[in-house]
Amino acid sequence: MHPFRYDRALTVQEALQSIRNGKNTAFLAGGTSQIDLMKEDVHRPDALVDIKRVPLAGILLLPDGVLRLGANASNNDVAYHPLVQKQYPGLAEAILAGASPQIRNMASMGGNLLQRTRCPYFRDTAMACNKREPGTGCSALEGINRVHAVLGASEKCIATHPSDMCVALAVLDALVQVQKPGGGRRTIRFRDFHRLPGNEPQKDSALEPGELITSVDLPAFAGRSHYLKVRERASYAFALVSVAVALEMEGDTIKTARVALGSVAHKPWLVEDAGKRLQGKKPDVALFRAVADDAFKDAKPLEHNGYKIPLGKNTLVRALMETSGLMPLQGPAGTAFASSAGGVAGDEAVA
Amino acid sequence: MESIGQPIDRLDGRLKVTGGARYTAELDLPDLVYGVIVGSTVPSGRIRQVDAAPAERAPGVLKVLTHENAPRLLPIPAELSGIRLLGDGGVGEEYLPLQAAQVYFAGQPVAFVVARTFEQARHAATLVRVEYDAVAPKLVMNAGSMATRPDKFLGRPDEALQATRGGDAAAVRGVFDASPVRVSHTYTTPIEHHSPLEMSATIALWVRMPDRASAQLTLYDTCRNLKGNQTILAQVFGLPTANVRIVSQFIGGAFGAKGFQWNTPILCALAAKATGRTVKLVLTRQQMFLLAGQRAATEQGYAIGAEAGGEIRAVLHTTRTHSSAISGYIEPCGRTTKILYSLPHLEISHELVRLNLPTPCPMRAPGEAPGTWAQETAMDELAEKLGMDPLTFRLRNYADVDPENGKPWSSKHLKECYTRGAELIGWDRRPSQPRRMREGQYLVGYGMATTIYPAGQRGAAARIILSADGSAVVRSATHDQGNGAYTILAQVAADALGLPLARVRFELGDSDFPQAPPAGGSATTVSVSAAIEQASTQAKRQLMELAVAEVSSPLYSAKLKDIGASNGRLFLRSDPGRGEEYTAILRRTQRKHITADGEAKPGPEREAFSFSSFGAVFAKVRVDPELGTVRIAQVAGVYDVGRVINPKTTRSQLHGGIGFGIGMALTEETIYDSRTGRAVIRDLADYHIPSMADTPLITVETLDIADPQIPGPGARGLGEIGIVGTAAAITNAVYHATGIRYRSLPLTPAKMVVPTAAESRNTATT
Ligand SMILES: Cc1cc2nc3c(=O)[nH]c(=O)nc-3n(C[C@H](O)[C@H](O)[C@H](O)COP(=O)(O)OP(=O)(O)OC[C@H]3O[C@@H](n4cnc5c(N)ncnc54)[C@H](O)[C@@H]3O)c2cc1C
Ligand code: SF4
Repeated sequence: MHPFRYDRALTVQEALQSIRNGKNTAFLAGGTSQIDLMKEDVHRPDALVDIKRVPLAGILLLPDGVLRLGANASNNDVAYHPLVQKQYPGLAEAILAGASPQIRNMASMGGNLLQRTRCPYFRDTAMACNKREPGTGCSALEGINRVHAVLGASEKCIATHPSDMCVALAVLDALVQVQKPGGGRRTIRFRDFHRLPGNEPQKDSALEPGELITSVDLPAFAGRSHYLKVRERASYAFALVSVAVALEMEGDTIKTARVALGSVAHKPWLVEDAGKRLQGKKPDVALFRAVADDAFKDAKPLEHNGYKIPLGKNTLVRALMETSGLMPLQGPAGTAFASSAGGVAGDEAVA
Repeated sequence: MESIGQPIDRLDGRLKVTGGARYTAELDLPDLVYGVIVGSTVPSGRIRQVDAAPAERAPGVLKVLTHENAPRLLPIPAELSGIRLLGDGGVGEEYLPLQAAQVYFAGQPVAFVVARTFEQARHAATLVRVEYDAVAPKLVMNAGSMATRPDKFLGRPDEALQATRGGDAAAVRGVFDASPVRVSHTYTTPIEHHSPLEMSATIALWVRMPDRASAQLTLYDTCRNLKGNQTILAQVFGLPTANVRIVSQFIGGAFGAKGFQWNTPILCALAAKATGRTVKLVLTRQQMFLLAGQRAATEQGYAIGAEAGGEIRAVLHTTRTHSSAISGYIEPCGRTTKILYSLPHLEISHELVRLNLPTPCPMRAPGEAPGTWAQETAMDELAEKLGMDPLTFRLRNYADVDPENGKPWSSKHLKECYTRGAELIGWDRRPSQPRRMREGQYLVGYGMATTIYPAGQRGAAARIILSADGSAVVRSATHDQGNGAYTILAQVAADALGLPLARVRFELGDSDFPQAPPAGGSATTVSVSAAIEQASTQAKRQLMELAVAEVSSPLYSAKLKDIGASNGRLFLRSDPGRGEEYTAILRRTQRKHITADGEAKPGPEREAFSFSSFGAVFAKVRVDPELGTVRIAQVAGVYDVGRVINPKTTRSQLHGGIGFGIGMALTEETIYDSRTGRAVIRDLADYHIPSMADTPLITVETLDIADPQIPGPGARGLGEIGIVGTAAAITNAVYHATGIRYRSLPLTPAKMVVPTAAESRNTATT
């Protein structure tokens, strides 16, 4: 672990001053990602600016119906917020399917967006990794690539973004509010927030060094939302694949649809055509199947991640079935029981 | 009141939940300094050069030890108390830390940094630059791998790894080939890690003896092999055994680890010697995947031939497994094949491939866990081929005597386990055809397996100090790995001494105490209870002798055999009113206490009988075939483990064992990079120990029938039997649900949802 200076900021202004240009300094929110990576010598900042006490933890309904989730709001506070539960159950389902209660209590909105990949080679400083050290090569390409991308990868990096929450934010068309270090603000559309690896896999997002996320804003949405996650154990595991759906119905036809896949690409993967193909149609398995096949038509399996293609398709179909009402949710909306594929062990689970 | 059989809460439970129980890593000794291991980045080769200068210059650094400057060590013995340590079939590592430039696996300690604070040591460790002359490693076990065929597991005479029964290999194969109904398949299991919550840790300090030229080495260590490690550390440092003391009062889980990994304690002791300081070493979780042992991957061939009526004629069981380049440890999968069913013709064989990977060691039910999985899956496959109910098929081949040697079992009530287990799960609801049951989108299935675990006894000793206030302290150098040994051994002692439990304190975890075996092989309860019985008999005899010799005692001149003891009092069996309290006897004779030693070894009954625990485990699962999930709806295990000393700790142990079986079946797997030998699964976010959501309500019942051939209460150990058979019961249920046989563990979604040819066509990246 690299020695570092620790500063605590109490206001946005102080945070931006302390971070300066963001060179070799980093914000610290819940620390559940940052500290882990520092202990493994993957992140080596010279200074940390702790923003935990910067008053950005509010969850506010703005006059235009936008729900503003403060960057420091804990993942659990967001998931259990009555407005989130009511209007964005898919977001709650995504958050609650992630990590553990303890971690979600520590984890912030900003930190969740910026958590790093679970590619094991990224975390092992003895292995080459373009994301950690640009130009050294990608150990996963010819290595163990079970958890890696089947969509949108590059030869430089095949990592996936591991967040559950972000997949739901992608279909909810969230906006990320950012404060620039030199003063001024900007808004980043969620679909543009994370990036594909291309030639610069070291860059996970569009955020510039030193920029501070102040909130994630959710536009008003009256439709249904749902998240479905497949993982290797029933709880407390990152997704193998996941699907978020936001659906507006008009009678028994689909008015608008947005679908995103998680853990298949370097960013939450919006299935671009899904909206067009589903719009104005009645929910139907064959239709969903066609959308799923299409979503993966450019998928490129590697040695160990080929399963993600059929699994991703099946999960996409299932998530659409459940959101559109062709199949019941596996648990109450807005809970991890709804989003956990396979449900939990025990006989009561099939009640 | 008898305390055996009572569901006593753990006596150390309160200490543990209030933080009063201090684990090794928590101990705060005066003037502690901290050590951090620098691991090799390459899996094989030689260290060309170590540049420690930048680390030595870093703040707080006291010393950087490397193979060039570390104190020299003497070799370890090849064998210890009848256990082979070195060579094929042995359980130890054949190298000692920082003694040579050779690198055998990635993560092997190549330097050890000692600094004033943990943070300083950890930082300086990142500054040590090591250059290697790397050599192409051997990292995968395949057909071309050079293999050996070790003769005996741990060198034990009764643990042959290559054996036939009912003729030579050709004859056995002939019988198999001629059997009317046959199955033969390959089953693979992955590397698994014990993953105890508590990481391995050591604190080492040297004290120069004022009166002697030599020094005393004290270790606080997460050790479940006190006497063994004491001997080994004494040997390598050239000390008399008595000059090494190891203390291990609380262990936060071991499951087979923390027994034979003496190289990290040695490393810490080396650093303490080189710096003259008290050094603390705590492994990181990542290092637990490199330096703390593991279960090796196995590839097993299992072939069974039977008569059309279900009678097994022949079994061929081959095991191919791996060890590190510096250990001959082998996973003895053939163990249960020998004893689980009556079978006339048998061939077992074990092959060992040495790879540049970390060293494996025993893990909960070594051999039995993966071996029984293959065996009980093959049994399920054959039952189906025979058109027989899997339970009926097993009963058809019930082993009334030990099939290995024809000896009677000391006590076996497996049939009752089958009957009760079937009842608990509702086995009669199970359709004989697979893929017949559905609940919503889920396929549902039932499976079962037999379980067995040998009930070994090893030599052990105990000392009792009975005080004039009527309380007793009982000591033995045994271990509590978190399983409840403190509690149940105190119960055994209380009853044996005729004292209320509240008056007895059991002390363990100190190598200065009387000898006890390593905590392994589910043998602690049997072995240490027997020693406690002996010591108690001695203690009571001393009391009786004091009483009968004293004119003023109500027991004056009574014959010893006529005297009983209970509730802190001696009494005449024929006239219980006539008697005297222990306290009165000791006070009158003006003794502060009496001390009694007891020692017990396996007796002649071990020649006459075979000893095992038995059980039957049943599972019901739900499978979502499209999303590849398996969830266990129900598990029921019924066990014949002899007398139950404490129903509460018993249930916890069996639950825990079943939990291990669930992980083995569905979630646990460690992967190393096949080019560099580096751990790819290396923390508990990726090594998936089953969560509560993976674990159904587990129903566990025990028959609670005392084993008449086991000294003391007649209890057999039960630390390991819970895992044995469980994985097979689950995967057999998955087969019953889906009609698809998966022969490679664990059953993850990736295995169950297979890409079509079209989906896997394009394998290039953009
Ligand atoms: C064992 C484990 C299991 C997990 N499982 C899951 C899972 O199943 N699903 C899932 O989605 N996630 C999972 N996570 C990840 C978890 O969600 C993230 O670690 C967490 O959301 C990060 O939030 P934090 O506040 O702790 O971030 P920190 O660790 O404090 O920060 C992370 C990054 O964000 C930056 N940052 C933080 N706040 C801001 C801000 N306001 N502006 C700019 N930059 C900022 C920091 O500089 C840092 O680079 C798991 C984590 C662990 C440790
Ligand atoms: S996939 Fe990306 S993160 Fe993983 S090793 Fe390659 S470059 Fe690094």
